[in-house]
Amino acid sequence: MKKPLLIKKGAEASLYLADWYYRKVIMKKRLPKKYRLSELDEQIKNYRTIHEPQLIHEAKKAGVPTPTTFLVDLKSATIIMEFIEGKQVKQLFSEISGAERQQLCFKIGELIGRLHKYGIIHGDLTTSNMILNPEGRIFFVDFGLGEKSKELEARGVDLHLMKGALQSTHFGFADECFNAVIEGYSRVLGSRIAKNVLDKIEEIEKRGRYIAERKGD
Amino acid sequence: MEKHGESYCLGIESTADDFGVGISTFSGEILANIISAYVLPEGGIHPREAARHHAEVASKVLEQAIEKAGIKSRDLSIIAFSQGPGLGPCLRTGATVARTLASCLNIRLVGVNHCLAHIEIGKLKTGVRDPVTLYVSGGNTIVSAFDSGRYRVFGETLDVALGNCLDVFAREAGLLQSVGEPFGAVVEKLAAIGKKLIPLPYTVKGMDMSFSGLLTAAINLHKKGKHKLEDLCYSLQETVFSMVTEVTERALAHTEKKEVLLTGGVAANKRLQSMIKAVAEEHDVQFSVMPTEFAVDNGAMIAWTGVLAYTHGIVTPIEESFVKLRWRLDEVEVPWVK
Repeated sequence: MKKPLLIKKGAEASLYLADWYYRKVIMKKRLPKKYRLSELDEQIKNYRTIHEPQLIHEAKKAGVPTPTTFLVDLKSATIIMEFIEGKQVKQLFSEISGAERQQLCFKIGELIGRLHKYGIIHGDLTTSNMILNPEGRIFFVDFGLGEKSKELEARGVDLHLMKGALQSTHFGFADECFNAVIEGYSRVLGSRIAKNVLDKIEEIEKRGRYIAERKGD
Repeated sequence: MEKHGESYCLGIESTADDFGVGISTFSGEILANIISAYVLPEGGIHPREAARHHAEVASKVLEQAIEKAGIKSRDLSIIAFSQGPGLGPCLRTGATVARTLASCLNIRLVGVNHCLAHIEIGKLKTGVRDPVTLYVSGGNTIVSAFDSGRYRVFGETLDVALGNCLDVFAREAGLLQSVGEPFGAVVEKLAAIGKKLIPLPYTVKGMDMSFSGLLTAAINLHKKGKHKLEDLCYSLQETVFSMVTEVTERALAHTEKKEVLLTGGVAANKRLQSMIKAVAEEHDVQFSVMPTEFAVDNGAMIAWTGVLAYTHGIVTPIEESFVKLRWRLDEVEVPWVK
């Protein structure tokens, strides 16, 4: 086995590319956080290391491509999973045409719809957590902040995060992208539920303290 | 007459319970920074009462600031005021004072975004250039960084602000504050002797945070009376600070900025400082924390941001100087940052 190669040092975990029984795998290792009390740190690390593979597995049942989990080691807070060939949607966005981007966003919306229909909340929907593989399938990764829920509130927050991620990273075409996401989303969940979720997002955004539309109140 | 050809901006801050007046030269020297705090009776800020306080102290604070700066009011080149976000009655009082001054002196008015001013004074006072900023106060919890013309919001609270969460808990738990002591400091003192970590909901959703459920849980636990108050304060602090630190770390990893700036009233908390510092060290970035005088709401930050805006062609005509209660940081163009 070759030495694992650190490919990303994220805020929460480090990702290593490694060979594992003749497979190319990703080792996701949650690192102890010195700033947190070790007791709290253990709780959070354990919780996320256990829940992430469960949600990754559930997502497949919902019809959303995710990497296959091979091994979970709680002691070292490590998950070994399939390496997905392809490109992050975040990178792709600036390389493709507007029409292609619309299409991609529509598909992403459908996938989010499937997750939500099945009661899965991703918890960190950003374009860096989506990978387009060479066969054109979009894989969702990083379910570390996810949860099981069919509540409107959870769905609303999930999509609100997607919207926020688009606005902070792809501000040039955030609105058109988000609209396409919602189109795909309502294709799967129906326009009534989609409308409810959209209303919820609006409510959530107004709850955030400083929104221009609330000027009158 | 301007001294040595220098130009001056007077800034008025009145978004919440503090009325502040600051005076800055166009080159960024802060000549005065006078703050008059509205001392809260029991309960939270009552916007109308706070506004009444502001109206009462305005002329005195203005005089003090001008005297401290050692200039005459006719030396002023512009008047800046915090135009939002904040509490309506408080903002309107400050705006009225600003409009009056600008008209009397026949000089230009500049409306400033309060959150933006916290970042700009932070850069001026600590020397950071392009930071990830964690701004935590009684009214705001924002993780932001500059990108393409604006300060983008990478993470924020989905409900109440972190400082508000600590305040409300302290009040509900019946903690007492001495005059001028913020509730956060009372919680911090108690937390320092707490030892037992009591599990509380840890709610980070993507880059955003939620404190309201955690607050309710902490209050309910206190009401049940099974836990020591110092342990609850300790657990509350550890949990909420871990949440903002996690989000700050994610923003650092995402933006790859080389500096992190901690500001806002809650920045005075030593435990929070140590957490952000630890993250900064781990990512090999420079950590700066604002001194309290400029971390809390103050007029100097408004004055300095007014200078930046004005020298980049931004003025606010009187007829457009209405206050903006929900003015988001990421709505503001900042042409002075490249």
